[in-house]
Amino acid sequence: MSNLFDLLVAGLAAGAIYALVAVGFTLLWQTSQTINFAQGEFVMLPAFLMLAAMHVGAPFWLAIILGILLSMILLGLAFKMLLVDPMMRHGVLPLAIATMALAIGIKEAVKQFFSAEASPFPSIVPTGDISVLGHAVSLQSIGVLVVAILAVFGLTALLNRTSLGHQMQAAAQNPTVARIIGVPVERMILLTFLINAFLVALASLLITPIYLAKFSSGEVLGQAAFIAAIVGGFNQVRGAIAGGLLIGVLDNLAASYVSTQYRAAVPLIFLIVVILFRPQGLLGRAEERTV
Amino acid sequence: MSGFAKPLKIALLLAVVAGLIVVPMNFNRYGLFILSQWAVMTIAAMGLNLTLGYAGQVSLAQGAFVGIGAYAAAIMTTHGWPLPAAIVVAIVSSFAVGWVLGYPALRVQHHYLAFVTLAFSTLAFLVFRNESWLTGGIYGISNIPRPHIFGLATNKPLPFYYVCLGSLAIVSVAVWWLIRSPWGRAFMALRENPLRAQSLGVDTRRYTLMAFAIGSALGGVAGALYAPLTQYIDPVPFNLSLSLDLLMMVIVGGAGFYFGPFLGAMIAVLLPEWLRFTEGYYLMLYAIAVILLLIWSPTGILGILDRYMAARRTKAASALRAVAKSRLETAQ
Repeated sequence: MSNLFDLLVAGLAAGAIYALVAVGFTLLWQTSQTINFAQGEFVMLPAFLMLAAMHVGAPFWLAIILGILLSMILLGLAFKMLLVDPMMRHGVLPLAIATMALAIGIKEAVKQFFSAEASPFPSIVPTGDISVLGHAVSLQSIGVLVVAILAVFGLTALLNRTSLGHQMQAAAQNPTVARIIGVPVERMILLTFLINAFLVALASLLITPIYLAKFSSGEVLGQAAFIAAIVGGFNQVRGAIAGGLLIGVLDNLAASYVSTQYRAAVPLIFLIVVILFRPQGLLGRAEERTV
Repeated sequence: MSGFAKPLKIALLLAVVAGLIVVPMNFNRYGLFILSQWAVMTIAAMGLNLTLGYAGQVSLAQGAFVGIGAYAAAIMTTHGWPLPAAIVVAIVSSFAVGWVLGYPALRVQHHYLAFVTLAFSTLAFLVFRNESWLTGGIYGISNIPRPHIFGLATNKPLPFYYVCLGSLAIVSVAVWWLIRSPWGRAFMALRENPLRAQSLGVDTRRYTLMAFAIGSALGGVAGALYAPLTQYIDPVPFNLSLSLDLLMMVIVGGAGFYFGPFLGAMIAVLLPEWLRFTEGYYLMLYAIAVILLLIWSPTGILGILDRYMAARRTKAASALRAVAKSRLETAQ
């Protein structure tokens, strides 16, 4: 029983990070039909930006701010203006391929300009355990969970309670009508790219102390976020959150109850089953099919 | 390429083939390895081009089929079977698995299909890595023999390059024939308008499965050549990035163009080698080159050529029209 509790906590903590990444992924899809195959690399990069800032002498808190700002410029603004905008009108596939190339480019750039070795990364949460219901739980897991949940709630509140959020949703759901009623659609799309960049930078800050900063660490994370986004529902923010938590827990349970060798297979099989029997995702709306 | 006169096209093709046979004769070991790799990857990319470019079904699993073919060849040839037998087994097994993978395509399309195939690709990798009784696990399979063709040993790089090139030639002719046959037309109908294809009596269900199965079988052929080429295989080359690379080859070359995979594989295999003088930067430059190309022409390299030809044809046609019109006017 105690084992199960630990697994659940670890799974939820991992899942909360997947959820952050998956939410950004679905936002990009909803507003600009961008399937971002570089999303995992987007999570890997900010940690290196922060490390670089610390390397030139910035204190940790300043490095975090600089890292998040730089990420929003590079992974939000520049990504949209230089890659997505010129390619958006050509359809989903060429853009998806271009993001695959971008993933290679980011990985190689980090390997070349920083290091091919894993670097340690300071944690924003103090290490150590506290006792919850008689179980020792690491502060890091709790910190990750709290920050991720706050971020997700903040985003949901932004989307559902503010005029800005409503405009963003309108821009995503029906750009033409949104434009007619005066929503600045272009600016809303840019905003989702900036939000995505902020979310991946946050995820980077949370996950890197646990898994170390390494150029290749985006691959696994990107795939987990994909699966989370699709399982939960590609077109729903709350779906991506549920999917993230579900995949995190499933992955951790599979590791100890199925086999460590095939732990990665369990979420994948789950993904295939969901796509085949409920392609719109567990919480998603059915999309119109073009054919 | 339809802008050229037919004899010119045939001459160009013959020159390229002759070049591929003659020029590598004094290449070193490494150069021959890279060229052989190009031939093998072209075969795999041609398979994916059938599935994606002609039949319009997105697949992120071609790398897994190369893996299935490679393991079939490695396991059989290290147990004393001849390579041709292994190729047959590779074709049959990838065809069968590809057929099964086609079933999701009957239900879901586009990005959903991409994700199902992506998941399959990673699952296949896990099987290669974990089932060590069959695949040798992370230690892989070494000492894969190269075949004897008509009693000639192909252990040296040059003879084996000719094995790869010959296989590429056979596959090219087969694919050429296939896309010109009613089957090829049915695949294209599937891509352009499945609903209309069905109402015209095309069995879209069968052709969707076939598009997957045949494309995957070619992946298997490529794998069965890859194993004796490298003479050692482990699971790493067959992970998801191979599938993504193959997809990139097809799109960069030009999906749905017959010569697209040849060019795409050339860029994916040879361009990084040419950029090697830039040392650590070569993959970065490669990535940037691919992005710039796709921004410039989302339909790939042959898309540029196609647009140029189309523009020239339009110009020629409107010139003809103008002439015809002035003739009509003078006749009146």
